[in-house]
Amino acid sequence: MSPEQENILEAHGVTKQFGGLTAVNDVSFAIPQGSIVSLIGPNGAGKTTFFNILTGLYKPTLGRVAFSGKNITAGRPDKIMALGVARTFQNIRLFGTMTAIENVMVGQHARMKAGLFGSIFRPPWVRGEEQRVRAKAAETLEYVGLRSGVHDQLATNLSYGDQRRVEIARALASEPRLLLLDEPTAGMNAQESESLTRFMQKLRDDFGLSILLIEHDMRVVMGVSEHVTVLDHGEKISEGEPQAVRSDPQVVEAYLGKQEAERQRAEQEGAV
Amino acid sequence: MPELPRNVRIALTVAVIAFGALLPLFVEGGGGFIDDATLALAYVVMALGLNIIVGFAGLLDLGYVAFFAIGAYTMGYFGSLFHINVNGGEGLHVLVAGPAAELPGIHANFLIIVVLAIVATTVAGMLIGLPTLRLRGDYIAIVTLAFGEIVGRIAINGDEIAGFGTKLTNGRQGITPVDKIDLPFSEPFTALNLRPWYWVAFTMVLIVLFVNFRLRDSRLGRAWIALREDEVAAVSMGVPLVKTKLLAYGTGAAFGGVSGAFLGSYLNTVNADQFQFAFSIFILAMVILGGLGSIWGVVVGAIALSFINNRLIPDVLNDVPERIGLDFDLTELSFGIFGFLLVIMMILRPEGLIPERRRQLELGEGIEDLAKTGDDDDPVYQARVP
Repeated sequence: MSPEQENILEAHGVTKQFGGLTAVNDVSFAIPQGSIVSLIGPNGAGKTTFFNILTGLYKPTLGRVAFSGKNITAGRPDKIMALGVARTFQNIRLFGTMTAIENVMVGQHARMKAGLFGSIFRPPWVRGEEQRVRAKAAETLEYVGLRSGVHDQLATNLSYGDQRRVEIARALASEPRLLLLDEPTAGMNAQESESLTRFMQKLRDDFGLSILLIEHDMRVVMGVSEHVTVLDHGEKISEGEPQAVRSDPQVVEAYLGKQEAERQRAEQEGAV
Repeated sequence: MPELPRNVRIALTVAVIAFGALLPLFVEGGGGFIDDATLALAYVVMALGLNIIVGFAGLLDLGYVAFFAIGAYTMGYFGSLFHINVNGGEGLHVLVAGPAAELPGIHANFLIIVVLAIVATTVAGMLIGLPTLRLRGDYIAIVTLAFGEIVGRIAINGDEIAGFGTKLTNGRQGITPVDKIDLPFSEPFTALNLRPWYWVAFTMVLIVLFVNFRLRDSRLGRAWIALREDEVAAVSMGVPLVKTKLLAYGTGAAFGGVSGAFLGSYLNTVNADQFQFAFSIFILAMVILGGLGSIWGVVVGAIALSFINNRLIPDVLNDVPERIGLDFDLTELSFGIFGFLLVIMMILRPEGLIPERRRQLELGEGIEDLAKTGDDDDPVYQARVP
C-alpha cells in the first residue's frame, strides 16, 4: 500500500443522534482505493447506522462524508448510488414480486435514460437500452453464479443463497466503484462463508472495486480484510490491521466482556 | 394472466379489439346497452389510471374522484355556457363547428379540452402527491382521501366562490348543458345515436391500454414496482423517490382527467354530486376486484362493476325486494352489494379476477416466505441468524 494511495471514501467526525441516543459518535474512517476493509463490532454498535449514513439513507447530525473527493454528506441515496456506491442489506431486501433478472435491471436504473415518453413511445434508442440492460443483468447473474434456469423466477421463490447472489448482482450491475456489504455471510455455514470470502477478492480483482464489509464472522474478517475498524456503542474503539485489532484488549473487552479481557491480559503477562 | 404463446396472444388481442369496435353495429344506437357500455369504457379508463397509482406504484389513493372532477370541470369551463359573459356575451370559439359556434361562453374543440384536462389533472395529481411523499401506506390513503373530499366540497360550495366575473362551479345545480363532442368525419354526437360516443370511449381505452402496457414493461414501470415492494431498497438502488412517485400520480391522474372530460360531455352535466367520496371507492373497488396491478384484470373489474351498478342493480334486480315482500329501493344498497362482493372476492380469490402474474405467485406462497425475506423484528428470521 503506497502512502499516497487515494482514499475512495473518507468520513470525518460522523455523528448520528436519534433523539437522546447517540448511535454513531465522532467516527472518522477511510477506505483506500481498491481495498477490502471491514467494520466490526458487537450487536448495536452502530455499524448499520454508519452504513446508512454513507449511502444517504440517514443524514448525519455532524460530520462529513466524501466519495472520491466529492462531498456526499446527506446526499440523496439515489444520487450517491449513481456516483458509484452500491450496497446490499443485512436482511436481504430484494423486490419480492419481481423476477431475479428484473431485480438486477432495477439496479441499473441510474445508468438508464428512458423517461415517461421514452417508455411510452419506445423509440429505437430505448429498445436498444432495454436490450443492453437485460443482457447485462443476465451476464451479471451468471457471474454471481445464478443458474440461467432461475433468472425468470420471482425473487421470493429463490433459495436463501440465491437471494444473496441476486442482491450482490443487483448492486454489481450498477457498475459501482465502492461496494458496501452488510453482513453478507449471515445465515451461511462455514463452507459458504469461505467461498464468499474468495468471491469478494475475485470481485475486487475483476472490477477494481473497493469493498466495505460489515461482518460478524471473524474468520471472514480476518481472511479478507486489509484494514479493520471496530465500533462499540457508536464509537470507534480500534482500527488497524486485522491481527493487531484482534489482540487489542479494548476489542476483546467489547466482544467478550471485561473479565475475559483481564484473563487474557494476565495470561499474556504470565507468558512473558 | 397465464403466459400464452405470442401468436395466440396477438390473435386474442385482435379478436377482442374487433369485437369491441364492431359491437355497436349490432345493437340499437340509442338503447340502454350501448349507454351502459359507453359508461363502462369511461370507467375502464379511470380504473386503469388508478391502477398505475395503486397497482403499480403501491400508493393507496382514496381521492381519485378529484381527477374526475378536475377533468369534468375543464370540460365545463371550456365547453359550455358557463362563462356566459365572456367576450361581451359574444363567446370565444376555438375550432368548433355546429351549434356551439354560435353560442356565448367558451367553446373549444373536444380534443383541445382533453389536452387541457390532461395538463390540469397531471399538475393536480403531482400537487396532491407532494405532501404524501414522506408518508407510507395507510397515511397516504388518509391524505389523498382528504384531498378528494376537499375537491368534492369545493365543487359543492363553488357556486358561492366568485371572482373575475364568474363563479367557480355551479354547485349541485351543475353546469348544463355541456357541448357535445364534435369531431370531423364522424356521425353527429347526439343523445339518440350513442355509437360515436362509444367509439370515442373505445379509442380512449385502446390508447390508455397501450400506454399502460408500455409503461409496465419499462424502466419507469420497474421503478414503480420496486418502490411498491421496498422503498428503502429502491432508493438505494438508484430509483429517485420523488420523481418516480410524482410520475405515478401525474400519469394516473391524467387518465382520470381524460375520462372526466369525456363524461362531462357525455352526461351533459358537470354536477358537484358526481364528485363525492363514494366514487373514489367505486373506482378502487374495480381495481381490487379485477386484480391490483393487473391491466386485463382491471379492465374486467371495471366493466363488471360498471354493469352491476348501471344495469344489474337498477334494472334487472330492482324488483327483488318487492317480490320477497320488502319495501326499499335496491339502488340504495349498491355499496352494500359492492362491499359484499369484495368480501367474497377476498375470501375466494384475494388476488383478483385476473391476477397480476407477480401477485398470483406471491400469494400462493404464504407463510414460508416469512422465513426467507424476514424483517428485522421478524422472529423467524432472527432465529436463523445466530
